[in-house]
Amino acid sequence: MSDFRTPIKNARGLGSAKTGTEHFVHQRLTATALVALTIWFLVFVLSLIGADYVTATAAVAKPWNAVLLVGFLVAMFWHAQLGLQVVLEDYVHNSLLALAVQTTVKFIAVLGAIVSVFAVARIALGN
Amino acid sequence: MATPQRPLSPHLQVYRWQIQMATSILHRATGIVLAAGALLITAGLLTLVIGPEAWNCFTTLAGAWYGQVFLFGWTWAFAYHLCNGIRHIVQDFAIGYRVATFVRSSWLSVIASLMITALVWAYVLLGGGA
Repeated sequence: MSDFRTPIKNARGLGSAKTGTEHFVHQRLTATALVALTIWFLVFVLSLIGADYVTATAAVAKPWNAVLLVGFLVAMFWHAQLGLQVVLEDYVHNSLLALAVQTTVKFIAVLGAIVSVFAVARIALGN
Repeated sequence: MATPQRPLSPHLQVYRWQIQMATSILHRATGIVLAAGALLITAGLLTLVIGPEAWNCFTTLAGAWYGQVFLFGWTWAFAYHLCNGIRHIVQDFAIGYRVATFVRSSWLSVIASLMITALVWAYVLLGGGA
């Protein structure tokens, strides 16, 4: 039977778990992006210490800052969801509860990303 | 079907504490803290959308003693997750798995995270804050 199998089986990396390496790869990709983006964000936040509303809004509205913020926020929520997923997989064993919690975490992460990006866009494009 | 009575593999309480356990557990714990922190970043951005009063409320909370204590803890959680995350990426290239190296890089994550936290807060407390 194995003669009828093509190498695409290996290429896709899907075993009996029916999922492949996407989780691992996306976790590492977002982690790599976040190494740079979080350091930038830390410096950005430190530069805003004591800033009033007008200064803070103007800083977020600067094109480079707005672009990097959006990148940071999407990568952060994505990475957070991937990480929490693994923790929940390890500790929540009731399958119905696991489904509910995993879905909730995904919804909150996506909502958090959408709301954050909306906020940055609104500030950057004129409040 | 899984049998409920099957033997379980040994868990945390069986083992003597080692730095490698601590770094692994701390990576998860700080990850959970940072995931919650992500929502606070969203909240901060939303206050900028809502208006000056909301932003002032946000900065007042951040400037209060409990806000500062929280931000200090958040800084360390971030610094640790960053340092240990870089260590994990390096290990993904199959580097640093000899026991002595593994232990040393574990301590490096912890010590570097404490140094970054100290540097950031030295900047904040010694005149970084205008």
